[in-house]
Amino acid sequence: MTGTSPAIELRGISKAFGPVQANKDISIRVMPGTIHGIIGENGAGKSTLMSILYGFYKADAGEIFINGKRTEIPDSQAAIAAGIGMVFQHFKLVENFTVLENVVLGAEDGRLLRPSLAKARKILGELAVEYELNVDPDSRIDRIGVGMQQRVEILKALYRQADILILDEPTGVLTPAEADQLFRILDRLRAEGKTIILITHKLREIMEITDTVSVMRRGEMTATVRTAGTGPDELAELMVGRKVLLRVDKAPASPGKTVLEVQNLRVRDQQGVERVKGIDLTVRAGEILGVAGVAGNGQSELLEVLGGMRPGAGTVMLNGVPLALEGRGSDGQSRRAAGLAHVPEDRQREGLIMEFHAWENVAFGYHHDPAYQRNAMLMDNAALRRDTQAKMEKFDVRPPDPWLTARNFSGGNQQKIVVAREIERNPDLLLVGQPTRGVDIGAIEFIHRQIVALRDQGAAILLVSVELDEILSLSDRIAVIFDGRMMGERLPAQTDETELGLLMAGVSGKAA
Amino acid sequence: MDFLTLIQVFDSTVRLSTPLLLACLAGLFSERAGIFDIGLEGKMLMAAFFSAAIASVTGSVWLGLLAGIAASMVLAGLHGLASITFRGNQLISGVAINFLAAGMTVLIAQDWFRQGGRTPSLIGGGRFGGLEFPGAIGPADAEATGRPVSELIAGTNPLHQVYSDLISGHSILVYVAFLAVPATWWVLFRTRFGLRLRAVGENPAAVDTSGVSVVGLRYAAVAICGLLCGIAGAYLATALQAGFVKDMTAGRGFIALAALIFAKWRPWQAMWACLLFGFLQAIALRYQNIDVGGVVIPVQVMDALPYILTVVILAGFVGKAIPPRAGGEPYVKER
Repeated sequence: MTGTSPAIELRGISKAFGPVQANKDISIRVMPGTIHGIIGENGAGKSTLMSILYGFYKADAGEIFINGKRTEIPDSQAAIAAGIGMVFQHFKLVENFTVLENVVLGAEDGRLLRPSLAKARKILGELAVEYELNVDPDSRIDRIGVGMQQRVEILKALYRQADILILDEPTGVLTPAEADQLFRILDRLRAEGKTIILITHKLREIMEITDTVSVMRRGEMTATVRTAGTGPDELAELMVGRKVLLRVDKAPASPGKTVLEVQNLRVRDQQGVERVKGIDLTVRAGEILGVAGVAGNGQSELLEVLGGMRPGAGTVMLNGVPLALEGRGSDGQSRRAAGLAHVPEDRQREGLIMEFHAWENVAFGYHHDPAYQRNAMLMDNAALRRDTQAKMEKFDVRPPDPWLTARNFSGGNQQKIVVAREIERNPDLLLVGQPTRGVDIGAIEFIHRQIVALRDQGAAILLVSVELDEILSLSDRIAVIFDGRMMGERLPAQTDETELGLLMAGVSGKAA
Repeated sequence: MDFLTLIQVFDSTVRLSTPLLLACLAGLFSERAGIFDIGLEGKMLMAAFFSAAIASVTGSVWLGLLAGIAASMVLAGLHGLASITFRGNQLISGVAINFLAAGMTVLIAQDWFRQGGRTPSLIGGGRFGGLEFPGAIGPADAEATGRPVSELIAGTNPLHQVYSDLISGHSILVYVAFLAVPATWWVLFRTRFGLRLRAVGENPAAVDTSGVSVVGLRYAAVAICGLLCGIAGAYLATALQAGFVKDMTAGRGFIALAALIFAKWRPWQAMWACLLFGFLQAIALRYQNIDVGGVVIPVQVMDALPYILTVVILAGFVGKAIPPRAGGEPYVKER
């Protein structure tokens, strides 16, 4: 490859936030027309590094070379001028604007909009042909799906003539099918000579699409290797710094009596649309039932009704006792009193109050626990904090400080706090939604082990996840939900991703 | 109610709507850019005082107008500093500006003019006169014929009545206010600046990552807000009335905010909302006691009507009004 200079070269980049060294002497070379993966756990410094490259932060030390030329990137404008485009994890789109308006924003040609819009419409048409990036330019952003929104972000970068595309955790919000589609687009972009940097913590994505990969750990670059010459196990070890078990090690289930029995459950959302359309399911003691499905097919509503977060209709029996599905006794606290625990899907909105201390968060749902009461009037906060401290240590929450606000923990540690709060109650039934969404590998392994341990103690577990890997490795039985109905049940040993994928898309197994 | 009376009510509707409309458009620019502004009232009041004071001292209403605009823009800059640069709470900053204006105007008025917190009555060139359109019946005709204007208008055909009374004869600021409506629409929806302004009120991060300054855009919006509030205040003190009196804005800044919500932050709808409020004020002015089938509605009820409608609108009886998504929140760059 002598003769061609790298599209991007970082030399000795360092950046500190106060006492925290987010990036330590990092150097990378990415050749043009390749896809380079940057993998690392949450908080390893991947996003900081890319923010430096996109002009959000100024590095304390180090140099950036674009196409062999030393380049200063003091702000986003300079990054755009240098041909760098960034697709953020949380899209930077104006929701009530059309696709066209979003693409043009900030890259207009003159004071009047009309000529800019006309030009953008023409160019979008050309890009759609060139890269198979079809988007209706007149759709409003809030009326299209996340997969489409991501395409708009990519189109925004291409419209600004970016040759280097940075994608930060691009599949975090996508369904498996959408992720596959994205990879096809990236493939195409690479074929057209674009350079792509893919930031992720998912090993599978790295193995699937990248040419070279750099591993980051605690602000340092621990290795840069050719993807073809490595494997997931080696990368995981480089990321975490120790051997990681990628598969969940668990003994076969020995299911006992029926704990949860759901009959003809129906749920309507706030708009009155039926989201769950008559679901039957049972979960027995000592088994994990995994509910697989593409996001938005009613699995969230199913969990929320069972957890007492929204009303529903039908019969739900917990240990043979019917649960109230609306009105009195249908709230989360009554559910918990009945022996149910719930790790909700969105820890930041439903699981925790981000501005509260860890110990305050640990009390949620269990305020009336006698162990937390000093007398009839007052709570015993000291006891609550001691309890929090013990839970944090047992679940390896870092740092184990009950006085830290929830926001200051990393995603994995936030999730560990929620899981600790719920699992440590030894519930008869545990509802778990997306237990490892946005959680790093080390924490995923830990949380999975805790769930399996709870099962082995004889609890019934209902797992809802959009990660098919997670469903396949954790579940003892798999139910697939599509459009508010169950498509059928499979045993993990007797099915595979292809069959489940078809069921998730609403294609009945019998036809296949 | 005969046709001529109706025309006259509409005529005062237009006059009374003007300050509301200017303030409403001022708020529209600010809030569309994500800066909530409950300090419209204070800015108008400050502008009203300074325009009347300077007009009274110099005898030139145009200098008064400039002074009013300058005073309002200083307050707008203060609001910008607090809510954009220092990322403070926009509601608190707005409240502070209202208090500041209420106190300062009376204090300075007393110090300068010693007339109990008011300015001297404006006469001649210290006030905005009516703009007579060609062919319209106005004071000049009255002088020439020796008969009062009202009598002349009453004697002509309906079309001419509308032209002379409703369309012609207002102060120039009235025309400025109503021309500002299409201008605002055009700027907002047809220009680059407008696109960016709307974007910064919805998702400033989108603007920032496309390499455009969020701070610059928001200051521009706040400055336009100050300009329009300044004109509104100057209109109150130098055109609608002849001089400044204590608290003369009388809640118009808040009514303008209600109209803005009613209009869901859209310029044309803002005009109709302001005309509705202006109409209620005009009715209250003209019909002090209304006799409805033997029950006399007292004047206080009529006076309260615009405020009652404001409460009704703010309570959400007009359907869901979704404010600009990033409104009220200072922009902090995140990773």
